[in-house]
Amino acid sequence: MPLLEIEGLSKAFGGLRAINGLDLHVDEGEIVSVIGPNGAGKTTFFNLITGMESSDQGSIVFDGQSIDGLRPNQILQLGMARTFQNVRLFPAMTVLENVMVGQHSRTKAGLFGAIFKTPSQRREEAAIEEKAKDVLSFFGTRLAGYRHDQLSMMLSYANRRRLEIARAMATDPRLLLLDEPTAGMNPRETVELTELIGRLRTEKGYTIVLIEHDMQVVRNVSDRVIVLDHGVKLIEGSYDEISTDEKVIEAYLGRPAELGA
Amino acid sequence: MSQVVDAPVPVDVELRPTPPIEMRRAVRLGLSGGAAMVLVAATGIVATFQPRMVIDPIVPLGTMFLYLVAFAFGWMASQPPRTLEGFAPAVVGKRNVMAGALAGLLAGLCVGTLLILMTVFDLRGVFIELSPSLVEILSLGFPVGAAVVVIAVISAAAGALGAGVHLLPIRFRRSLMSALIWVAFFSLLTDLFGQLFVGLNVDFVIDLIYTSRGGALTVVGAVVVLVLFFALYWYLGGRENTLRERVQSMPKDRRVRWQIGAAAVILVVLYFIPRLMGPFVSQILVTAGIYLLMALGLNIVVGYAGLLDLGYVAFFAVGAYAGAILTSPQSPALSPELTLVVAIPFVMLAAAIAGIVVATPVIRMRGDYLAIVTLGFGEIARILLNSEWLAPYFGGAQGITNIPDLQVGPLTFSTPEDYFYPVFLFVLLAAYITLAVQNSRWGRAWMAMREDESVAEAMGVNIVTAKLSAFVVGAVLASFGGALFGSQIGSVFPHSFDIVVSITILVIIIVGGMGSVPGVTLGALVLIVLPNLLREFSEFQFLFYGVLLIAMMLKRPEGFIPSKRRAQELHSEELAQDAWLEIYGEKGQAEVVPEGRA
Amino acid sequence: MTQAATVDARPTRRASRITPVSIFLWGLRIAALAVILYGSYLSISSGRLTASQWRDLLVFGVSTGSVYSLIALGYTMVYGVLRFINFAHGEVFMIGAMMAFYVANALATTSLWVDNPIVSLLIVLVTAMVTSTAVAVTIERIAYRPLRGAPRLIPLITSIGASFTIQYLVRGLVGPSTKAFPRMEPLRGTFEFGGFVILRSQVVVIVAALVMMLLLYLFVEKTRTGKSMRAVSEDAETAALMGIDVDRTIVKVFAVGGAMAGVAGALWGLVFPSLNFFSGFLPGIKAFTSAVLGGIGNIVGAMLGGVSLGIFESVGPSLVLAGYEIPAFSQLKDVVAYSALVLVLIFRPTGILGERLAQERG
Repeated sequence: MPLLEIEGLSKAFGGLRAINGLDLHVDEGEIVSVIGPNGAGKTTFFNLITGMESSDQGSIVFDGQSIDGLRPNQILQLGMARTFQNVRLFPAMTVLENVMVGQHSRTKAGLFGAIFKTPSQRREEAAIEEKAKDVLSFFGTRLAGYRHDQLSMMLSYANRRRLEIARAMATDPRLLLLDEPTAGMNPRETVELTELIGRLRTEKGYTIVLIEHDMQVVRNVSDRVIVLDHGVKLIEGSYDEISTDEKVIEAYLGRPAELGA
Repeated sequence: MSQVVDAPVPVDVELRPTPPIEMRRAVRLGLSGGAAMVLVAATGIVATFQPRMVIDPIVPLGTMFLYLVAFAFGWMASQPPRTLEGFAPAVVGKRNVMAGALAGLLAGLCVGTLLILMTVFDLRGVFIELSPSLVEILSLGFPVGAAVVVIAVISAAAGALGAGVHLLPIRFRRSLMSALIWVAFFSLLTDLFGQLFVGLNVDFVIDLIYTSRGGALTVVGAVVVLVLFFALYWYLGGRENTLRERVQSMPKDRRVRWQIGAAAVILVVLYFIPRLMGPFVSQILVTAGIYLLMALGLNIVVGYAGLLDLGYVAFFAVGAYAGAILTSPQSPALSPELTLVVAIPFVMLAAAIAGIVVATPVIRMRGDYLAIVTLGFGEIARILLNSEWLAPYFGGAQGITNIPDLQVGPLTFSTPEDYFYPVFLFVLLAAYITLAVQNSRWGRAWMAMREDESVAEAMGVNIVTAKLSAFVVGAVLASFGGALFGSQIGSVFPHSFDIVVSITILVIIIVGGMGSVPGVTLGALVLIVLPNLLREFSEFQFLFYGVLLIAMMLKRPEGFIPSKRRAQELHSEELAQDAWLEIYGEKGQAEVVPEGRA
Repeated sequence: MTQAATVDARPTRRASRITPVSIFLWGLRIAALAVILYGSYLSISSGRLTASQWRDLLVFGVSTGSVYSLIALGYTMVYGVLRFINFAHGEVFMIGAMMAFYVANALATTSLWVDNPIVSLLIVLVTAMVTSTAVAVTIERIAYRPLRGAPRLIPLITSIGASFTIQYLVRGLVGPSTKAFPRMEPLRGTFEFGGFVILRSQVVVIVAALVMMLLLYLFVEKTRTGKSMRAVSEDAETAALMGIDVDRTIVKVFAVGGAMAGVAGALWGLVFPSLNFFSGFLPGIKAFTSAVLGGIGNIVGAMLGGVSLGIFESVGPSLVLAGYEIPAFSQLKDVVAYSALVLVLIFRPTGILGERLAQERG
C-alpha cells in the first residue's frame, strides 16, 4: 500500500485552477521528485497535503488514513513534515531551539511540569535537547558546537536551508517533503545536499518527496519523477524516461510556432 | 582539516571625510524644539513644576525643565552622523556647538513669541494656562522686550551645552551624565531620601545636603552629590571589563553561585525596605508590585505568545471581584466570607474560565484585530461591572467594600508595610514562572507561534491550545494582582478597572523590555514609583507615558533592559552585517574555523 | 520581504470539522441571535415606545452614524494603505471638534452667527478640517514614517502612545472641563419628511456627511491622487516601481482622512453639544467598528458601516435590552457598540461589503 495516495485533488483560487484533478502516489522508502514549470502547482500541492490549505475536491490518504480536513499539526503528528520554498525558520530563536520545536508534538510535558520542574519534565527536556543535538550532528560540523546558540536569523543562506531540514527531521517523520531544497545554492553546496538527501533515506529511513528545478539533483537523487503542469500530472517515470518525453519538453519550452496556427 | 584564520589585516585606504552636520537640520530641530517648549509651557507643566526647587535657591523645576528641552534639542541638532564604511569618523567641534546654539536660539525665540502673544492678547479663554503668573515665570522678572532676548540667549546657551556633550571624551561624558541623573534623583526625591536617611539613622546627612527634612537640595548638597557620583562612575568606568562581562565569563557553576548570592543580597535589602521607608513609600511599592505582577503576566501573553491583549485589565477585575465576592461580608449576592487564602483557588478558577472565554473567539484572529477585540472585552467588562443592572451581584458603581485583611495562620496583614511582603512574594512567583516557562516545551511553542504561526502549526504546535494556555496563565497572574489589590485597599470599585490600566501595564513592558524580567521590573519602578513619588509629575503622568511610548518605539523598541534575543531581533539588519565578525570571536581574537564554512 | 503567496492564515474548510472551538462559536452565534430577537420581540410587543419615538431614535442613529462614517473613512484608508490601526485617529477627530467648538463660540458672539448661519458653519468646518489635517499629517511625519516596515505591532503601539500624548496635551492646553457648543437659532426646529420628524441640525449633519463622502468617493475613483492611493494600497512596492511617490501618497492619505475627521468634528457639535479632551476615544472605537463592519479598506463600506452602527447603537438598547426589563439600560449603550465590534470581528471580519485588501500578509 502506498504511503501517500492522492486522488482527484483540486484547488482553485478564484478563477485560477491551481490543482486540477491530480492523482499520484508515493510508496514507502521512495525518493520522488516533483518537477514542472513555474505555476504548475507544486507548492500548492505541498500546502494541500500538509493541511496548510484546504482542498476543494479529492482525497488524500496517508498511511491508510484519510487526512482531508485535518489541521497541519495533526498531519505532522501522523508523520508528514516539510520545508518551505522561501526558508521559514523562527528567526529570533536559536538554532537549537528551532530544532527543539520540532519535537513538540512528540513530547507531552505541560506547563505544570515546567513550573514545578517535575523529574519527568526535566528528563523530557534533556531528551529533547539530546535529540536536537543528534539531529543537528547529521549535518556534520556545519550546525554544530557554537552554532547551537546562534539566532537562526544570523545563519548563512545554505545553513538556514539545512536548519530547516533539521527542524523537519526532529519531528520524526515518515514522509519528508522538501520544497526546492537546493534553490540558491552554489554547485558545491548542491552536491553536498544531494548526498545528504540520499543519506536521509539510507540512514534515517525517510520517504522523501522533493520539489526541484535543478535537473542534476533530480537525476541523481530520484527513484521516480512526477511532472506537473497546470495542476495536473503530465507524466511520471524514471528520470531518463521523462527527460526525453515530448510532452515534458513542450511544457517547459513550449511548442514551435506554426504558420497560421 | 581546519585552518586558523587571523584577524583581518588593516588595509591602507584613504577614507573620505564625513560631511559636516547640516545647519538646515538644526533649524528644523530648533523650530520643533520651540514647539515642544511652547507646549511644555502652555500645558501647564512649567507652572506646576515651578514651586519645586531643584537646587535651592536658584533652580526651580519649571524653568529648568523648560530649558532642558532646549538642551535636548541642541543635543539632537549637533549629533555627529554615524560613521559609514569608507568614511573617516566625524570631526566634532565648533560647528556642532554652533548647530546646538542655533537650535536653542530658534527654540527660545518661539517661547519669546509666545510671551509676546500672551502679553498682547488674553488667551486664557482658550488656553487656560496662559496666565499672568506664567508670564512672570517665563520672563524671569524682566520686562517683555528684554525677556525675549534673555530667553533666547539662555536657550541658545542650553542648546550649546547640549551640543557640548558630544565634545566630551566618552568616559567623562558617561560619568557626568550618570552623576547628573543622581543629582536629579536626590533633588526630586527629597522625601524618599529623607526617609531613608532617617531610617538608617544618618540624619546628619539631611542637614548637610538639604535645606530641611523634605526640603530642597542646597547648592552645597548638589555639588557634593555630583562630585561623589562622578568619582564613583569615573572609577567604575575605568575598569577593563564591566561587571556584566565579568559575570558572563565565569564558568557556569561559579556564575550561578554569584547570581544566587546577588539575589540573596537583594532579597535581604528588600526585606528591610518597608520598615525603613514608612507607610507612604510602602504603599507606592505595593502598588508598583501589583502592577509588576500583572506586567509579568502580560509579558507572557504579549512577549512570549505575541498576543496583544489590550483588555488585560478585565482579568485584573475578575481577580479583584472574585476575591471581593468570596471574602467580603458586604458582597451583595453571595457571601461565603471565606478567607483570602482559601478563596485563592476559586479566584484562579474564575480567572482561568475568563481567560478561556476571552481567548476562544479570538483564536483565529490576526494581531491587530485581536488587540481591538480584547479592548472591547475589557470595556464591556467594566461597563457591566458598573451597571445598575448587575449591581445585585457586583455592587454597581458603589462596588464591594469591607474586604477583610489578608490572614495567613497567625499573621494578619493590614498596613501597606505588611502587604509589601505577600505582594513581593507573588512577584517572585510570577518571575519564577516566567523564567521556568521560557526554556520549556510550551515556552518554545509560544515563541514559535509568535514568530510564524502557520509554520509553528506545520511543525506540530496545536495553536488553539497554545493561545488558550497563554491567555489562561496571563489571566491567573493578573487575578492574583486583583485579589491582593482588593484585599489591600479594602474595597473594589469599577472605575479602578479602566483601559488606562491595561495601557499602563503595556507601557511598563514596552519601556522596560519585553520578555525580560529585570526590564519589566525597571519599567514598573520608573513608571509607577517615580510618578507617585513626584507629585508634580503625577498630573502629567499619562502625557509622559504617551511620549515615552512613542520615543521608545522610535529609538529603542526592545526596551531599556531587553532580553538579548529581542534586541537582536529588532536590530537584526544592523547585526546581520556584523555577524561575520563572530568568526573572529570577541575582541578580534583568532578562532579555529571549521572546514568548508559556508 | 515577500512570502510564498498562497499560505493562508485562515483556511476555510470545505467540510468543517467539529472542534470545541467551533461548537463554542456556534453557541455564541445562536445565543447572540436569540438574545437580540427575543429582546426585540418583548420590547416591541410591550409597546413601551410609540412609533414616532422609534422613528426619532432611527433618525438620531442615522445622524450620529453619519459622523461615525466620516471618522471611519480615516481608519479605513490608513488601514488600506499601511495595514495598521491608527489609534490616534480618534484624537485627530477630537482636535477638529475642539477647534470647531472654540471657533463656533467665537463666532457666536458676532452677528454673523445669526445672520448667516451657513457661512458661519462653513467657517467652523474649514477651520476644523485644516486643524485635523495638520495634526494627522504631523503625527504621520513624527511617529509613523520612521517606522515604515517595522513589525506590525510596533506602529500600533506607537499609535497608542500618540493617542495618549494628544489627549493629555489637549487636556493640559484647554483644561479638563467640558466645552459647550453654542446654539444655532436657525437650526432649531424640524423638518417633516414622510412621517419622520427630523431636527434641522440633524439634516445639516446628514447632508454634509453625504456630500463629503460623495466628494471623497469621486476623489478616490477619478483623480490621479486617488488612483495612486488605490495603487499604493494594493501593492506599495509595485506602485513605487510605476513612478508613484509612495511617501507623498501616504501623507495625502493621512491628510484626507484627517480632513474627513475634521468635518466630523465640526458636525459633532450639532449632535452632541458637549466635548472634552477624552471625547475622541469612544467615537474613535465606534468609527473603527464601523470601518470593519463595512469592510476595512472599503470606502463605501465605511459609510454603510457607520450609519449601521449609529442605528444599532441608538435603537439597540431600547429594542433589545428594554424588553428584558434591564434597569438603566441606556448605560449599556456603549456595550451595544462594543458588542457590535466584537461580534463583527469574530464572525465576519471581512465586513458587509468584504475587504478590499490585497493578500493578507500573515
